[in-house]
Amino acid sequence: MTFSAASKRYNWRVVCLSLLYVAFLFAAIYAFNHQLLHGAVAYGAAILPALPIIGIFGAMGRYLVEEQDEYIRMLTVRQTLWATGFALSVATIWGFLESFDLVGHIDAYYVAVLWFGGLGLGSCMNKLTLGAPVRC
Amino acid sequence: MENRLRLLRAERGWSQQDLAGRLEVSRQSVNAIETGKYDPSLPLAFRIAELFDLPIEDIFVSPARRSSKAI
Repeated sequence: MTFSAASKRYNWRVVCLSLLYVAFLFAAIYAFNHQLLHGAVAYGAAILPALPIIGIFGAMGRYLVEEQDEYIRMLTVRQTLWATGFALSVATIWGFLESFDLVGHIDAYYVAVLWFGGLGLGSCMNKLTLGAPVRC
Repeated sequence: MENRLRLLRAERGWSQQDLAGRLEVSRQSVNAIETGKYDPSLPLAFRIAELFDLPIEDIFVSPARRSSKAI
């Protein structure tokens, strides 16, 4: 399977943002464990690891704008819709279960993890319904 | 949408990859259009028609005309 120029740019952006995420996360963990941060700076440092994740959502949007192949673009849109529906559905179900004290608390950022997992689900649904090659 | 793309491509001895290269799309796109799993946009349909030097309706079968013929 060949990758378009837009797809290569997307992959490169995701790799860079993932490395940035790891660096920010370890820096924030180190700073909080050693009680180096207080006040507004602590809030900024806590938000720092979220920024590359938000960047990955942006990279997906950028990819949809840059991809010239309309069929591949349609597949990616379907994939992201599956991911969004999956993440929001699981989060909604979990929220109600948590409200009724039936399950424990889970940090909200796991919705992003669900969304990335949902991209895999979307790719499988494209394969099942359209016979399209699996892409993550 | 039903179409004659596979036939027209075969007449010219082109592979799906050859046609994809001429249309500047992926081979998967050509395959999806040929098998009727994906209907191309109007700009892409025009590019296909211009490549084969044929009117669009000689390549793609109008679903409305097809169903009226069936009646």
